[in-house]
Amino acid sequence: MTTSQIAALVAVMAVVTFLTRALPFLLFGRGGEPPRVVLYLGRFLPPAVIAMLIVYCYRNTSFSAVSGWAPGLIAGLAVVGLHLWKKNNMLSIVGGTILYMVLVQAVF
Amino acid sequence: MNRKTLAAAFPHTVPVLMGYLSIGVVFGWMLSAAGFAPTWAALMSVTIYAGSGQYLGVELLKNASPLGDAAFLTLIINFRHLVYGLSMLEKFQGMGWRKLYMIFSLTDETYALLAGVEAPPGVDEKGFYFAIALLDHLYWIVGSVIGAVAGALITINTAGIDFAMTALFLVIAVEQWQSGGHHAPVYLGAAGTLACLLVFGPENGRFLIPALAILVMGLLLMRPTLDRPEAPAKGGGAL
Repeated sequence: MTTSQIAALVAVMAVVTFLTRALPFLLFGRGGEPPRVVLYLGRFLPPAVIAMLIVYCYRNTSFSAVSGWAPGLIAGLAVVGLHLWKKNNMLSIVGGTILYMVLVQAVF
Repeated sequence: MNRKTLAAAFPHTVPVLMGYLSIGVVFGWMLSAAGFAPTWAALMSVTIYAGSGQYLGVELLKNASPLGDAAFLTLIINFRHLVYGLSMLEKFQGMGWRKLYMIFSLTDETYALLAGVEAPPGVDEKGFYFAIALLDHLYWIVGSVIGAVAGALITINTAGIDFAMTALFLVIAVEQWQSGGHHAPVYLGAAGTLACLLVFGPENGRFLIPALAILVMGLLLMRPTLDRPEAPAKGGGAL
């Protein structure tokens, strides 16, 4: 990738992120009440989207060999277990990632 | 913003300091592991400033994704910010030029702080909000740069470090799950996306486009069941 290609991707991410934050202020900043359907989607879409993104993260899982699915499954369960147990974002994320790295590098 | 305002704001931001330093370090390290210079980590954290968005950004940069795909994925990952803005409309009124920065820097954590704090007596309220937003942003930038520089200097085998993004989303999902309310949107999100993945294949993540359409349509169909005042609102997640 060239520097300008990287810069273009970063710029797109920055502009789109800002727009998602600015949109409510642009649309409803002058006192207009947001439509109820927008509030409804705003409440229930985020948990659905997180589930969607988890599937996205696992999209390259392969079942042709144990090494294609076991590290992701084990580390994923470890993250969920750690978080249910300790409720510490850093511990769950860093612990699960280190476990995954050990699994893909040294075990499978 | 004077020292007094900054001193009043700082104690409130300590939990975010810990969180942003650690999550930021992991982001910077991932970006270095993907082969990008620490200056990119700094630039991204200054201009994008989004936890899960930047984790995804590492993936987008690594795959040299087309700009359209990058825009779409960034949009859906940040969709929840729409809700935050709605509840900050009044709070940001009368902040002048700082309002633009407040909107830009409205991350999950800053939102959570702003929603819950009040300025101590004698401290300018608007300056206090601005100081909180600014401090959080600085923690995020510092964390990413530390991680990126460490990742560039320390040469260990980093294969598998990109799992941090999966771990982050799993953590957010656990917190949303435990915040109560209906779990139907989670089942819908998982099943709808899985179906699209099986039909369209994993390339470039484009299966997320039909998946998002299914989620929105599914939620609209479920609205008579879900959209009741007594149903508690879901928490916005961690990052």
